[in-house]
Amino acid sequence: MSGPKSALSQPKLDPRTAPAFPKAAHNLLRDAQLRKNVHHATSVIQNKRARVVSELPDWEQLRVAGQRIREHTMAHLDAYLEQFEQNCTRAGGIVHWARNAEEARQIVVHLAQQAIQENAQPAPEILKIKSMTTEEIGLNGALEAAGIRPYETDLAELIIQLGHDKPSHIVVPALHKNRQQIHEIFRREMNLPNLGSSPEDLADAARLFLREKFLRVATAISGANFLIAETGGVCIVESEGNGRMCLTLPRTLITVAGIDKVIPRFRDLEVFLQLLPRSATGERMNPYNSIWTGVYENDGPRSFHVVLMDNARTSVLADSEGRQTLNCIRCGACQNICPVYRETGGHAYGSVYAGPIGAILTPQLQQMEHARSLPYASSLCGACYEVCPVRINIPEILVHLRHRVVQHDSKGFGALRPEPIAMKVMSRIFQSESRFRAAQRLARNADRPLARKDKTGKPWIHWLPGMLGGWTQSRDLQALPDQTFREWWEQRNRAEAKTNTSAGGTNGG
Amino acid sequence: MAADARSEILSAIRSANRGATDLTHAELDYAEIPRDYTRHAGLSRDETIALLTERLVDYNAHVFPCGADQLPSAIREALQQHGASHVLIPGDFPRNLLPDGVDVTSDTNLAPAELDRFDAAVTLCTLAVAETGTLVLQGLAGQGRRAATLVPDLHVCVLRVEDIVNTVPEAFDRLASTARRPLTFVSGPSATADIEMTRIKGVHGPRQLYILLVQSLI
Repeated sequence: MSGPKSALSQPKLDPRTAPAFPKAAHNLLRDAQLRKNVHHATSVIQNKRARVVSELPDWEQLRVAGQRIREHTMAHLDAYLEQFEQNCTRAGGIVHWARNAEEARQIVVHLAQQAIQENAQPAPEILKIKSMTTEEIGLNGALEAAGIRPYETDLAELIIQLGHDKPSHIVVPALHKNRQQIHEIFRREMNLPNLGSSPEDLADAARLFLREKFLRVATAISGANFLIAETGGVCIVESEGNGRMCLTLPRTLITVAGIDKVIPRFRDLEVFLQLLPRSATGERMNPYNSIWTGVYENDGPRSFHVVLMDNARTSVLADSEGRQTLNCIRCGACQNICPVYRETGGHAYGSVYAGPIGAILTPQLQQMEHARSLPYASSLCGACYEVCPVRINIPEILVHLRHRVVQHDSKGFGALRPEPIAMKVMSRIFQSESRFRAAQRLARNADRPLARKDKTGKPWIHWLPGMLGGWTQSRDLQALPDQTFREWWEQRNRAEAKTNTSAGGTNGG
Repeated sequence: MAADARSEILSAIRSANRGATDLTHAELDYAEIPRDYTRHAGLSRDETIALLTERLVDYNAHVFPCGADQLPSAIREALQQHGASHVLIPGDFPRNLLPDGVDVTSDTNLAPAELDRFDAAVTLCTLAVAETGTLVLQGLAGQGRRAATLVPDLHVCVLRVEDIVNTVPEAFDRLASTARRPLTFVSGPSATADIEMTRIKGVHGPRQLYILLVQSLI
């Protein structure tokens, strides 16, 4: 069932080295199995979402409240982060700050090493809850380089880790794998030759495989869904109970969170805990939500660290149009509905953040040159905006980022590239009627040798040279007609004038 | 190094926001956030109970309504149905609710491996949300610490009818004064949708969830 190993099985999700979207997408589109898996999974989740969203008559009011809370938070982010730090510290947590991925990795690796020693762990191992933030900074690689073995405990992340794969979706990272493929990975990597292939068998296998690790390993790393400024609390939303295991059994917990994850008050969760589960997995509520504040006597970890990471989020905040990207609560609804994502899957985006949100988040978190093709990986149909639980206007930001790509390219010697020159020429042509007519005549003559007539006699162009070739790569171009509309209109007027003068206006009525 | 990162990030935020936050202004702006969503659903007590039951059953949880005097036998039945013989209870669980002749162990901060020897945990909870089929535990009296309701494969949870609210906002109104407690929201047994996006029961948390819905506790 699982096809031959190809370059696809080792996707690069580092925007600095990943191939551009059109190239990566071109390869992935040939993987029929992957497309089938992605189509199936996203259809199921879309339908579930639509059903539970339609149950709530106040969905729009919740979305507006969610959007406004997030906007308000970003506008006062300095105060809410300080408040979170103060309250978390007061409750026994230790807060660390990291400017970038490198700093965050260093802090976490150091804390993990320290914890492994303090907890007298016989082996350098840690447990992990699914966290896109730790994927963003490539934390597992850094831990492994330091000799620490990370165990992913979320089922999808376990599939990814055991399959030496990369996440393709922010909520369901193994969405591109079907049950037979997962069965194959588990059978091989867990050494279970007689493993059944029903979803229940696979879930049981994961339970057995991880249970012993949950009971043994005394250090865990998590991400966060929400940081609550008012209380210093952290909220994690999950399904399986692997999160609860990691949050309550180990003696040390290290939470890594982007600075955008903060919300002002505890009561704001009454909005987000309605918006998030329904948008993310199409459930009225996911099985487990944990909210904890610092450390407790006799309940959960004895030492708790939070690493607050910037990693370019402050520069996104500085862009008046792009900053609404930070309002994202990582539900993945925009991925499930996106006609582009549904065809290519997540790996084509060359980043852990795929789909529409990835197309706007990745170019902003990374320097533009590393993800310049992503703002174009969209048809701007607006479906993502419609399903976004916090009303992020993704199409608007995509257009804004396209503009930035063009601006970036037109600087200095960039202005001498063919595209900006062509655009300048086009703008001159459109400014004058006579130039426009001359250009039309020229184009008509130039395309004639390339046109081939179809059965009905219509001329089509199947191939265009050079830069124009992009147009005919996936569709044919109808050849320019022998006469333009203007020419036809003028001719018709002339002819009419002639008949009118000779026959004397028969056109009454 | 760490202090440097902190001030650098905060000053980057302030320059992006064209100045530091004025707390009075922030307070006013927060108060203006529109909250026109539903706070209360006008359901009768019976409708609320029916809705909660429907939601929980939809998650594959088992719901048993019973009178206060029937509770011990309901607990016994839930344990028997699951064949649970090693039963864990929080140290402060009211003993009078327990059936005679069932062997229970008080949780005295047992180590993870010791918790794993129990088949079931019996606890109380703070409240339930009908709209979403959610139980909320906070580690208060009779609720136990978080790990105790997680490691055993069966969780038997006693819920008083008067502790059911209709909506998520109503739940947060009730939880506001104890927001710093360790909170766990449980909506059905452990499940996953990671395989082809189909919710299947049972990964790491309790695979069986029994809710004993009592009219009122003495």
